[in-house]
Amino acid sequence: MKYKTILAVLIGFFMAHNVWALSEAFKNNIYNPGPLKPVDSVLKVKLGDPAPDFTLKAVSGKTISLKDYRGKKNVVLSFVPAAWTPVCSDQWPGYNIVKEIFDAYDATLLGISVDNLPTLYSWTNQMGKLWFEVLSDFWPHGAVAEKFGILRTDGVAERAIFIIDKQGSIRYIYVEDINKRPPLENIINELKKLP
Amino acid sequence: MQKKLGCLIVAALLLAASLAFGADNITPQTGGVFPAVELSKPTDAVHLKYLGLSGGGNFKLNEIKADVLIVEIFSMYCPYCQGEAPNINRLYQSIQNDAALKSRVKIIGIGIGNSKFETEIFKNKYSVAFPLIPDGEFKMHKVIGEVRTPYFFVIKLKGKKPMEVIYSKLGALESNESFLALIKSAGLK
Repeated sequence: MKYKTILAVLIGFFMAHNVWALSEAFKNNIYNPGPLKPVDSVLKVKLGDPAPDFTLKAVSGKTISLKDYRGKKNVVLSFVPAAWTPVCSDQWPGYNIVKEIFDAYDATLLGISVDNLPTLYSWTNQMGKLWFEVLSDFWPHGAVAEKFGILRTDGVAERAIFIIDKQGSIRYIYVEDINKRPPLENIINELKKLP
Repeated sequence: MQKKLGCLIVAALLLAASLAFGADNITPQTGGVFPAVELSKPTDAVHLKYLGLSGGGNFKLNEIKADVLIVEIFSMYCPYCQGEAPNINRLYQSIQNDAALKSRVKIIGIGIGNSKFETEIFKNKYSVAFPLIPDGEFKMHKVIGEVRTPYFFVIKLKGKKPMEVIYSKLGALESNESFLALIKSAGLK
């Protein structure tokens, strides 16, 4: 078994190629951590559970609580591992051009990372003006990610999507391989299923 | 012991393979050859006609019926590509409005890491009239040196002969007029 594990790691290391394309918007400022263990946490929530509530500060200066959306909006939570890294920098800018689709399903998007606010501010500034709130789960470090069971052992969150309906129930959970971007169509298709 | 040896042999083979693949990953520069990579044909009849293609399945860029091909390497997730989209639309219209260029110069976008769903979103968001081809598996991206986006190539098509790169540059186009002048002088003479 040990040899099989070693072999799998070797295959991943030698045969992996980038599964992201960096925008010139970030110039040479992206740190590449290399291939990482695809998933490194154990979920603490399941479909149908009430979503754990949280309150976090946003880059916009607002303080956002999940419960504020109860009865008003469906909420898509997009957790990303870290600012200034390749796949994360190649994810939210795409969500930034689909506000109309979120609106069509009466949904909002909250981007969350364990980075602190100054880091998130300078990073997201490279993406243009974002229509959605970007929240810092920096302190207590990764506490919200931990509530959902997606805090990795190295202190960053998984690349994960949760869809929470207007009643506050979790309707979709997708923890992507941290080295890849989740397909946008998955999110849209799940939004279509909401009542 | 045998297992250990097996692991070492496999690791050595993988290292050799990765080095061999890595050697190909150089971005084609002006005067160089653009790699022939298979991409999915557009499914839209208007786009197929524009490129001079027919049927389904895959195609290579040198099958496109044109003398010069402008290739925009983009991603729907790239903020600069989003910002540049209206300008590339203007470039496309300038070519379409010029009787001397219309049938000889074509544009395609290749969406790196994008699914068809994602390139369609980009197309609809920015009203892009020219074909956007998804490269969801990064096949093209890998052989052109994993460039950042947007990246522009201009390629001289010569039938079955190797495709000659006459422009290769990272970032937005500085001026459509000077870009078209370069195409006329280097690509269509």
